[in-house]
Amino acid sequence: MSKINVKNKDIAVPGEVLAVGMESFPGIGTYREGENIVASRLGLVQLDGRTIKLILLSGRYIPKRGDTIICKVINVGFSGWRLETNGPYSAMLSMKDATSQFIARGADLTQFYDLGDQIVCSITNVTSQKLVDVTMKGPGLRKLSGGRIIEVSSNKVPRIIGKQGSMVSMIKDATKCNITVGQNGLVWIDGSPEDELLAITTIRKIEEESHLSGLTDKIKEFLDKNKKTQKTDK
Amino acid sequence: MAYKERLNGRKFDETRKIEAKAGVIPRADGSAMFKIGNTWAYAAVYGPRNLHPKFLQDPSKGILRCNYNMMPFSSSGDRVRPGSSRRSKEISLVTEKALLPILDLSEYPNSVVDVFIEFPQTEAGSRCAGICAAAMALADAGLAMKDLVAAVSVGRVDDKLVVDLDYNEESYEEGPVADIPIAMSPNYGKVTLLQMDGLISKEQLKKVIEMGKKACKDIYEVQKKALKDRYKI
Amino acid sequence: MNNQIRTHIIKLFNSDRRLDGRKLTEYRKVDVQLNATSTAEGSARVKIGETDVIAGIKTEVMEPYPDSPSEGSIMVGVELLPLSSPDFESGPPSARAVELARIVDRGIRESKCLDFKSLCIKEGEKIWMVIIDVCIINDAGNLFDAAALAAIAALKSMRFPEYKDDKIDYKKKTDKGLELKDLPIEVTVIKIGDKFIVDADSEEEKAIDARLTVASLSDGTLCAMQKGGDFPLTDEDICKMVEIGIEKAKELRKLVK
Repeated sequence: MSKINVKNKDIAVPGEVLAVGMESFPGIGTYREGENIVASRLGLVQLDGRTIKLILLSGRYIPKRGDTIICKVINVGFSGWRLETNGPYSAMLSMKDATSQFIARGADLTQFYDLGDQIVCSITNVTSQKLVDVTMKGPGLRKLSGGRIIEVSSNKVPRIIGKQGSMVSMIKDATKCNITVGQNGLVWIDGSPEDELLAITTIRKIEEESHLSGLTDKIKEFLDKNKKTQKTDK
Repeated sequence: MAYKERLNGRKFDETRKIEAKAGVIPRADGSAMFKIGNTWAYAAVYGPRNLHPKFLQDPSKGILRCNYNMMPFSSSGDRVRPGSSRRSKEISLVTEKALLPILDLSEYPNSVVDVFIEFPQTEAGSRCAGICAAAMALADAGLAMKDLVAAVSVGRVDDKLVVDLDYNEESYEEGPVADIPIAMSPNYGKVTLLQMDGLISKEQLKKVIEMGKKACKDIYEVQKKALKDRYKI
Repeated sequence: MNNQIRTHIIKLFNSDRRLDGRKLTEYRKVDVQLNATSTAEGSARVKIGETDVIAGIKTEVMEPYPDSPSEGSIMVGVELLPLSSPDFESGPPSARAVELARIVDRGIRESKCLDFKSLCIKEGEKIWMVIIDVCIINDAGNLFDAAALAAIAALKSMRFPEYKDDKIDYKKKTDKGLELKDLPIEVTVIKIGDKFIVDADSEEEKAIDARLTVASLSDGTLCAMQKGGDFPLTDEDICKMVEIGIEKAKELRKLVK
């Protein structure tokens, strides 16, 4: 029988022995060394049946196929655009994936997306050398205008979105802001100045407390309290 | 002549007082502070990030780059001229070699993980303090590591074997001294940094490495706590 | 080229707000800690919001400059440590670092708050050189003000080391410090669109039109200025910015008194 040294939501540090015994399996963030399951990252322990894995608390965004991300145009070429992804690897958007409109050969591509434009796109392919292709064809994919973009840890994105979008919907309802969350840790927010600020403070709170339990209730309480203060200020 | 008592009242196998904290530089991807006695190190990790020029890139994995630097006012003597010196270049290199064995950068081809180590204050044992801070910063940055790395100087002062030599012991003149910075992966006991200045027999060396292993294990507990405390509310 | 963040900042200004909710002439929390490091003859750590800098002073004895045989001097260096921002690289000081150092230097030197004659040990032969090095630990914007504040606070906390028989014993500090007749304080005022702000954070710094760093003394006398940024300023702009600079300096000065 395996001896498990940790419980759910414990913080694990690289080198720490999380469990001893062959009945346990090493999941994400852990590895097996002889009889031991050892942590290989700084993370939150999650016991999933016999698998011991870690929810990562930090780390730069590494692109994955299927992710919806927010990118900035950093170069406009002849047949496509180069995009910054908030990580060590840039992405390519080629002409054919840019829009359902017809783009003539030799056309001025800045008419569609110009330097500095922020776009919501979807990753179609990532090679082993981490060359990334994206597309703008798909539901919700578009150029962003107005609003502002903040950076969060890409590891916290699942908590910010919540189960089936429940967390981000709660923030949208309370602040009346448009919010788009990119898997790469960029979040676009558009609303009135106070509401934007409240949305941002809420997201930062989720970032800081994402590893603690009862988060959904805490956030709901936080939003209610601050909406009340906003109303009395007016 | 015998070294009867340590000049500051410590036990022979006792380190100076240690303080450690993680996540101290918000702009960095990972960061940490490690203070041992009066030696105070900051480490910041940026990466994985873009690497230029292209010829430095490794298509099979990310590379590690370390930079050790002392602030001009960090020495208890003369001002340290800003910029790199031969000494800081060498220490940067051995620091990189001390950390690389436990790091897995295979998920980040063509990119770089930069580690910057800076000292507002130094008083012996700086390269070891820097390595301790750097290892914490790498973990704080979410990188894949088999283990942390802990480091401390061990050695001999006259007829005694000691752990964590301070400035007075390094410059002790009444007998032979050996100053041996050692770094290891604390859970596996594997040595990743070993340097020596001075005179020592091979029997003493064996003993002193054992003392170093124990000290590094104790340091690991401090590093571990600092990383965990980062997420306590 | 699209600068969305600038457009958004200007939109917020119309509601008298900034990106982080501050008022236009509001500073983030400022913290000054004297004697931050034990190895320097004088030191200070200044935090403005998340911007974090340490200034340390080292003294040396040298021959005076030939044109001022009975005066010592100061030297100011700034290191934009790569530790503090993804934008800084290691290597020799960039133009940005040099500008910062020279602005901090001018604020102190031109204010005449420190009588260089008091740094004379033996006329024509030996004088004290007071070297202030400012190192940035975390760059979250407004390095000018943080560096200048740290430098003046470090000067205030400085104590001369013992100087005997032509040798400095750095390990022994005397009780003698520097006599500062006043505390020059630098404030950087920034113009975006047609509004002025102080204490710009990293995001705001990316959107500036122009900046004016103003150094002033307790009675409002100006002692140094520097304009930066790609766009020009009108006379009215300058007058307004100088006024804001002097007013804000009075608030910051209280933290070093």
